[in-house]
Amino acid sequence: MAAADRVYLRDAPAKLLPAPVASTGVLGWMRTNLFSSPGNIALTLICVGLVVWIVPSLLRFFIFDAVWSGANREACLPTELQPEPGACWAFVRVWLSYFVYGFYPASERWRVDLFFVLLALGIGWLAWLGAPRRDLGAVYFFIMLPILSFVLLSGVPMLGLADVPTSLWGGILVTIVVATVGIVASLPLGILLALGRRSDMPAVRLFSVAFIEFVRGVPLITVLFMASVMLPLFVPDRFSPDKLMRALIGVALFASAYMAEVVRGGLVSIPRGQYEAAQALALPYWRMMMLVILPQALRVTLPNIVNTFIGLFKDTTLVFIVGIFDFLRTIEAARGDPHWATPVTSVTGYACAAVFYFVCCYGMSRYARNVEARLARAHRR
Amino acid sequence: MSNRPQYLRRTRQQWINIALQVLLAIIVVGLIYGAAVNASNNLAKANIASGFRFWNNTAGFDISQALIDYSSSTSTFGRAIWVGLLNTLLVASLGIVLATALGFTIGIARLSRNRLVSHLAGGYVELVRNVPLLLQILFWYNAVLKSLPDLRGSIALPGGAYLNNRGLFFPQPQFGTNFGYVVGALVIGVLATVMLHIWARRRQDRTGEPPRTLTYAFGLIVVLPVLVFFAAGAPLSFSFPEMARFNIRGGTEILPELAALLVALTIYTAAFIAEVVRAGILAVAPGQTEAAQALGLRSGATLRLIVVPQAMRVIVPPLTSQYLNLTKNSSLAVAIGYPDLVQVAGSVLNITGQAVEVIAITMAFYLFISLTTSLLMNLYGYRIRIVER
Repeated sequence: MAAADRVYLRDAPAKLLPAPVASTGVLGWMRTNLFSSPGNIALTLICVGLVVWIVPSLLRFFIFDAVWSGANREACLPTELQPEPGACWAFVRVWLSYFVYGFYPASERWRVDLFFVLLALGIGWLAWLGAPRRDLGAVYFFIMLPILSFVLLSGVPMLGLADVPTSLWGGILVTIVVATVGIVASLPLGILLALGRRSDMPAVRLFSVAFIEFVRGVPLITVLFMASVMLPLFVPDRFSPDKLMRALIGVALFASAYMAEVVRGGLVSIPRGQYEAAQALALPYWRMMMLVILPQALRVTLPNIVNTFIGLFKDTTLVFIVGIFDFLRTIEAARGDPHWATPVTSVTGYACAAVFYFVCCYGMSRYARNVEARLARAHRR
Repeated sequence: MSNRPQYLRRTRQQWINIALQVLLAIIVVGLIYGAAVNASNNLAKANIASGFRFWNNTAGFDISQALIDYSSSTSTFGRAIWVGLLNTLLVASLGIVLATALGFTIGIARLSRNRLVSHLAGGYVELVRNVPLLLQILFWYNAVLKSLPDLRGSIALPGGAYLNNRGLFFPQPQFGTNFGYVVGALVIGVLATVMLHIWARRRQDRTGEPPRTLTYAFGLIVVLPVLVFFAAGAPLSFSFPEMARFNIRGGTEILPELAALLVALTIYTAAFIAEVVRAGILAVAPGQTEAAQALGLRSGATLRLIVVPQAMRVIVPPLTSQYLNLTKNSSLAVAIGYPDLVQVAGSVLNITGQAVEVIAITMAFYLFISLTTSLLMNLYGYRIRIVER
């Protein structure tokens, strides 16, 4: 009898049912992300069509149908066998050393290579946030490296390094030099200008604001024109800087105005309490800045600083217009070489330049994003 | 001993500060003075005049595109600079319109729930932002537009337009004498629509009846001018470009320089605008959308009434600075020979040698635009600030 009125009791948990097939796995992902509504289906189809239309022809042009070796334009011209030849990488291979070094004398090119290595060392030291003695790294990057590079690249006959006038420099070397000088000069100048803009002293503030707003209000080209045309007028003849130097001064001034605004953003983000605490400890202005405020401000603003460097790196191409042989200019020069005049030479040259700039800038922006994520983690408790 | 009270005496630090400022002033003034002295010496040595007298001298060089009458033999340097300035404004304003349209599309596409769409948009932004603008301009000009077929092989486009490596040639509208009536009708239609809209808004505030002005607006802005157009005897004809032996006659044309610059500026700036738009939309707290949905608003109304007004507050300031960047970047025109302000000023500089004056004029123009815009932005920021209790 007890068995008859016993209520049914479950003694084990029910078995889990698998999720509906339509919402898991590849199929489910596609359903929610690609085909959730008629409009979405149409968008997906359009995008697939776009990809199918563009990607294979790009691959064909740049890889499968590309010409990888050859001595002159004959290799890249359309033939019976290949009526539509792809990119002419042979052209890039032949001109590569020109793209990297410009007219730098071949016997002295090891100096340029050494400069690249030293620079990579400095960048690695500063960019790796966990590196030992980063303070020494900063000293190396901002003081020793500029001196070393100057000695190496332009030469000191006393040390057995022959003089190489800057008119022979070119290609990636010049691009890197312009970018590095811009970075090395703009960060300290930018910090000074940013502090000046927030200073209590009206004359200093006025000067900083006027400089920053003036430079940010005009295009880089006009600053470069000013540096290259007006600078020789403003100094006595014997001190007149050479062409590259003038462009470097223009780029450095331009970049420091932008850097100043980025640093100012960092300064503003530091809570008042930090200033007040430093003042309560009786720290004088410069020690307060060096020990308390700037370390914090520069850390939070590091991603923005890197983004400014990306802009600067892209802007180095503008020295092209004032007649300096940077990477882009060497491409332009090589492109016009009649020995390599083919319908695809220009596209190949520009693609080569685009890859170079893209790799550099994209690398920097990934780095900035990583730092940002790291900072966000550090702020979360 | 001074008999001023203690609290009015300056501290040592304040004296140091004053000394520093005086020092800075002396350095700046000294630099400017030294530069001026050197410049006048160097200019005198090179036999170059100074001052703005060149402004009224005959220019003597050609400009390939002029929006106002210009001829190399009779026009002055001043007029040449005006021509360049207008060309800059032309490419900047066209670029702003196109880049805004493309940028908003890409920015919204980046937030699409369709992964393919958002990734494609993301790829576009990354690719375009990381390649220098000058390279893109050169690419469009030298690799794309200059490699189009020459005059003989012109590509005929629908509507009587031709495309070749000398530019895009398309029919030019010729307005008849009565065309003024059509323009007048259009103006009246727009004004009437605005008034109707204001009236409908007031009525909505008073009675809650939603404004239904779309039909009337269509009638006033489209139907009315069209009716007037036919009533006035269709006073519009086109001059079609015609292939001649060595050139194309009639019609009007877009120079390849303008086209390349415009395409490159649009594509480049659109990538930045897309990021601005994305950040602006993401800045609207998700609770706002949820609250709107809880009130029963549909997704379109949520977007229009809740998300966009709040996002615009975040979007407008950086958007304006992108517009300024575009205007400044249009100076890269000099690399491909589009006659913008910097390019024309460069020609003037080469002929007269008066670097200081010419560069000062160029910079003054860009500074005027930037400073005016940032002034307007400050006013806008003040107007849209969140007024708290």
